[in-house]
Amino acid sequence: MPIDRKKFLGYELPVHTATVDEWRARFFAKAVGEPDPIYSDTAAAKAAGHRGLPLMPTMLFCMEQGRPDGYKLVEDMGVKIAQLLHGEQHFDYVKPVYAGDALTFRTKITDIYDKKGGALEFFERTTTITNQAGETVGRLRGIAVVRQLG
Amino acid sequence: MAKSAPKASAVKVGDAIPPFTAPPISRTTLALYAGASGDHNPMHIDSDFAKSAGESDVFAHGMLNMAYLSRAVLGYAPQSHIRSYGVRFQSIVRVGESVTCTGKVAELFEKDGEKRARLELIATTSNGKVALAGEAVVTLA
Repeated sequence: MPIDRKKFLGYELPVHTATVDEWRARFFAKAVGEPDPIYSDTAAAKAAGHRGLPLMPTMLFCMEQGRPDGYKLVEDMGVKIAQLLHGEQHFDYVKPVYAGDALTFRTKITDIYDKKGGALEFFERTTTITNQAGETVGRLRGIAVVRQLG
Repeated sequence: MAKSAPKASAVKVGDAIPPFTAPPISRTTLALYAGASGDHNPMHIDSDFAKSAGESDVFAHGMLNMAYLSRAVLGYAPQSHIRSYGVRFQSIVRVGESVTCTGKVAELFEKDGEKRARLELIATTSNGKVALAGEAVVTLA
C-alpha cells in the first residue's frame, strides 16, 4: 500500500519536548566509546569552558525519536517497522546544547516519493529545535526508506 | 577529541582528517546503543525479529555508525566548530564488522564571517563496503 501523500505530505507531528539528563548524555558517550571527558565528566566540561555536559553531535536525533508516540506515524502510514530503513540524516547546528536544556521539537513530513516503480518509498521529516530561551539550536532532516518485504 | 580547530591559514583542500576505526560491532554494543539512544527497534537487538524480516541477523543502527563517524569529525575540530553534519546510509554493518572513518577537506569558503571547511566523510566496513558517505562543515580558527 503506497503512503497516502494527500494525508501525510506536510503533516505536522505533535510538538515534542524533552530534556536530556546528565546520566543519559554520559551513557550515550559511553555507548559510542567517546573518550573525551567533556562528554562524561561535568567538571571536565566546565573546565573546558562549557556550561554543562555537551550532547554529542547526533543526540538531537535520538531526542526527537524519543517522542512518546515514536512509531505511531509510520503505523498510521500503514508501514511496518521491519520495512523501514534509514536513508539519510542531516544536522544543522546553530547553538550549543547541553544536558539539562529543555528542548522543543517541531517535526513535519516535508517530502514523499518513490523509486523503482514503487518498490521503494521515501519520506522526509524535517525538525526545528528550540531551547528554553526560544532560540533555534538546530535542525534535523531525515529520509526514511520503506521497502516492500517478500 | 581535538581541543581546538585547525588554523585556516594551515588548512589545504585535500588534507586528511585523523582516521578512526571503531571496535567490531558486538551485541553488547548494540544493546548499549539501543538503551542510550532510545532506539529500541528490534531489528538491531533481537535476532529472532531480524530473521523474521529476512535478515541473517541483527545489524548496527545506522545512527550508531553515524555517531562513530562524528567521532572522526571531533578528532579534527571541537563540536562547537561543527556547523552541519549529514550522511547517506549506504550499506548495513553486521555483528563482527567494524567501520573505519576517514575524511578530507573538500572545500574552503567563508560564510557568516567565518572561515569554514567542508569535509567529505566516508565510513568503510572491514569487509570493504561503504557504510556511510557524508559531509560536515566546520569553522576554522
